[in-house]
Amino acid sequence: MSDQKKMALIASQGTLDWAYPPFILASTAVALDMEVQIFFTFYGLTLLKKEIKAKVAPASNPAMPMKMPFGPKGFQDFDWPMPNVLMGNAPGFETMATSLMKKTFKNKGVASIEELREICVESGVKLIGCQMTMDVFGFDKEEFIDGVDVGGAATFLEFASEADIQLFI
Amino acid sequence: MNDIAYDQELDCKGMNCPLPILKTKKQVDTMDEGQVLKMVATDPGSINDMNAWTRRTGHEMLSHNEEGGIYTFYIQKT
Repeated sequence: MSDQKKMALIASQGTLDWAYPPFILASTAVALDMEVQIFFTFYGLTLLKKEIKAKVAPASNPAMPMKMPFGPKGFQDFDWPMPNVLMGNAPGFETMATSLMKKTFKNKGVASIEELREICVESGVKLIGCQMTMDVFGFDKEEFIDGVDVGGAATFLEFASEADIQLFI
Repeated sequence: MNDIAYDQELDCKGMNCPLPILKTKKQVDTMDEGQVLKMVATDPGSINDMNAWTRRTGHEMLSHNEEGGIYTFYIQKT
């Protein structure tokens, strides 16, 4: 199909909240008969690892609403105020915030990052790891899931120049 | 509009974006041309999403309705 739409994404972030947009958009774009490539660079590279350890980073994100995944509706809807001093200093705060967010996502019927990534791989989304940042961070292709290709800026730009949608995430 | 005949049924109740679309696509891929899928969802965003999906893929939205927070779609594979 020559009139097939194309989407080119750059995934540059490795936190749990930022991990969702590229995989949601890519899996949905394929469902809409588009051809998709995601170029993973900098912290986005960690999303290619066999086991995704993405966490939320509440300390750097003052606008983040803190929700409880259990209890009565009023309790769940409440935005818990989280002072920066607590978020930045309390040991295990990030782990707790991550687990709360994962639970809330699950309760709301949202797929996990791993599920969405698997759908992307199964449905033929092309995943490209940025060779330069792999070298900088010391990542080896063997640490990534199967089917990941490596390349550089020119690899991305060649596809992106013919894509109908290009997003930097 | 409850008398539309369908060949397959898909329950996406409780699922959130983008799962209803992804599951629908997966199921429609296994069906024959002309067959009808009845999809049921609770995600209010699925009305716009399902219509966008059928417009892009060319499958036909025969009918959709909402009753008590349940959205029902009838899609014919083309």
